[in-house]
Amino acid sequence: MGLLEAILISVIAASTPLLLAAAGELVVERSGVLNLGVEGMMIMGAACGFAGCWLTGSTFLGALCGIAAGAALSLVFAMLTLGLAVNQVAAGLALTILGTGLSGLIGAGFVGQRIVPAPHLDIPFITTLPVVGKLFFGQDGFVYFSILLVIAIWWFLYRTRAGLILRATGDNHTSAHALGYPVLKIRLLAVLFGGGCAGLAGAYLPLAYTPFFIPGMTAGRGWIALALVVFSSWRPGRLVGGAYLFGAVTILQLHAQALGLGIPSQLMTSLPYLATVVVLVLISRSRGIAGSAAPASLGMVFVPDR
Amino acid sequence: MKKLLMISAAIAAVAVAATGYNAHAADKLKVGFIYLGPVGDLGWTYRHEVGRQELVKALGDKIETTYLENVNEGPDSERSIEQLARTGHQLIFTTSFGYMDPTLKVAKRFPKIKFEHATGFKTAPNMGNYAGRFYEGRYIQGVIAGKMSKKGVIGYIGSFPIPEVISGINATMLGAQSVNPNIKVKIIWVNTWFDPGKEADAAKALADQGVDIIMQHTDSPAAMQVAAQRGILAFGQDSDMIKFGPKTQLTAIIDNWGPYYIKQTKAALDGTWKAGETWDGLKEKMVVMAPYTNMPDDVKALAEKTEAGIVAGTLHPFKCPVYGQDGKAVECKGGTHLAPGQILGMNFYVKGVDDKIPGK
Repeated sequence: MGLLEAILISVIAASTPLLLAAAGELVVERSGVLNLGVEGMMIMGAACGFAGCWLTGSTFLGALCGIAAGAALSLVFAMLTLGLAVNQVAAGLALTILGTGLSGLIGAGFVGQRIVPAPHLDIPFITTLPVVGKLFFGQDGFVYFSILLVIAIWWFLYRTRAGLILRATGDNHTSAHALGYPVLKIRLLAVLFGGGCAGLAGAYLPLAYTPFFIPGMTAGRGWIALALVVFSSWRPGRLVGGAYLFGAVTILQLHAQALGLGIPSQLMTSLPYLATVVVLVLISRSRGIAGSAAPASLGMVFVPDR
Repeated sequence: MKKLLMISAAIAAVAVAATGYNAHAADKLKVGFIYLGPVGDLGWTYRHEVGRQELVKALGDKIETTYLENVNEGPDSERSIEQLARTGHQLIFTTSFGYMDPTLKVAKRFPKIKFEHATGFKTAPNMGNYAGRFYEGRYIQGVIAGKMSKKGVIGYIGSFPIPEVISGINATMLGAQSVNPNIKVKIIWVNTWFDPGKEADAAKALADQGVDIIMQHTDSPAAMQVAAQRGILAFGQDSDMIKFGPKTQLTAIIDNWGPYYIKQTKAALDGTWKAGETWDGLKEKMVVMAPYTNMPDDVKALAEKTEAGIVAGTLHPFKCPVYGQDGKAVECKGGTHLAPGQILGMNFYVKGVDDKIPGK
């Protein structure tokens, strides 16, 4: 296995949880809701995903448990922000704190347990092809699912009527409401979808990445996913590019250090975040040119008048 | 008027109840702990938690303990330490290097409360510090790595470039050089104590670059697990990680805080507590080596001999002369070996490390 190939495989593994979580959050934000609780939903997904896999012995069922846990936690967020019209930022932050604590409690009994990591696809003859074989045909199921998920989201948002309605809700909920669309119901579904994606992203960590559970193992990846949504200026295509860029910078800086290139590691560690700041500046400087699709009603509370 | 009376009666009742509670609580000494990670990190914080549990087991009838986990280093920790101080804790252990200045600040504000800070170098009349001589364990690991690495390259995952980590790298190299003068080290800083994903990424990067032994100065068993998957060797950190690499772990440095916590709490109970500077190693069993596994008998014997030498005091990992990267001998302030201050504040690499300390 060549070094380049090894690096690329690591990059894909590092990017996948970011892509999964960010894809879900993109749909949530496109519906006009800002859910800052991604980190909390991810760590819940990690705890419940691991628990599910350990109890059933199946990675697939574990992943389903992760999705369910993320969606369940997002339901709490939906009840607060959509049902009771609570401030979304405050509710999202509270959700992260809740998720961090609750996952520690649920996962406490599973710390130190071991599971079999998610199997990698292995197609005879094709997987053994040089360079491309392992890269494109030897990944675990999560990786392929994350790509399919983004394609499905793109198709949904831009090629279906339901997607158009969801985007309209995010851009102007008053008009959407006036046209007779159930704003709160649409947003509820979007929030649940986002929660499921975050839960799956969290479950990826103990099921495939580092096959054990430790409280707090998401280590801030939920926040990076949130930054990625802004980085992508709310477009699914750019989201894939952004996620892989983040993953690539993370992995490449480790390799640069091991090769002894002498670049300060602190600088390299901060590169993805610097990139986000630069993109944010570019977006706000040239709204039209950069083509930001920031939903106009993002984060605003909507209370339907009868 | 009647209403007012009722209210004051209620307040009085609450006040009595509160005093009663306080009086009851005052019977027991309240001991507080500040933890960096979650208690289940299986590494650094887990070992402090084990120490706390040993303390409760030994003195449980005389004390009451509290811990706060996941406390970030820096300003955030000051708030947490102060919270413990304000809630009647008389003895507070802050268990990470980055809590040093916050602990000092709080200690100055609460002169009657006793503070104990781990792995730092600042003290106050009511703030002592304690640390393990982890470099002793690193030296033994270096000897083993020098013998066991077929490629002659050690992969090292560092957290932050602070003296404790740097002295660990140097002790490892000196140990390895004692059996293989041409040993090399590849160092990756992950700039975190705890992020299993990143630690695994670093271990993968090292393995991909041809390293066949991985050593870590971070807190989770992720690197051990990667090494096990890749079929290379590794050392555990802070706790015995053999479960994550039965055929991978050579040994592990185990932090053993329990005896110290019991000793200091006893001193606080009988009024003999003094702010001291404790720096114990293999001899005092604050640092313990996990069983030597997955190595031939001659390497095992050598490791045991090295350990015995350090315990007996006949072998010092930083025996003079110690050469810096420029090949010049470092000033020897401790007579036959480097002085404690030189080790606790180490900010240079020894000869043979082909790298630069980040930001230096």
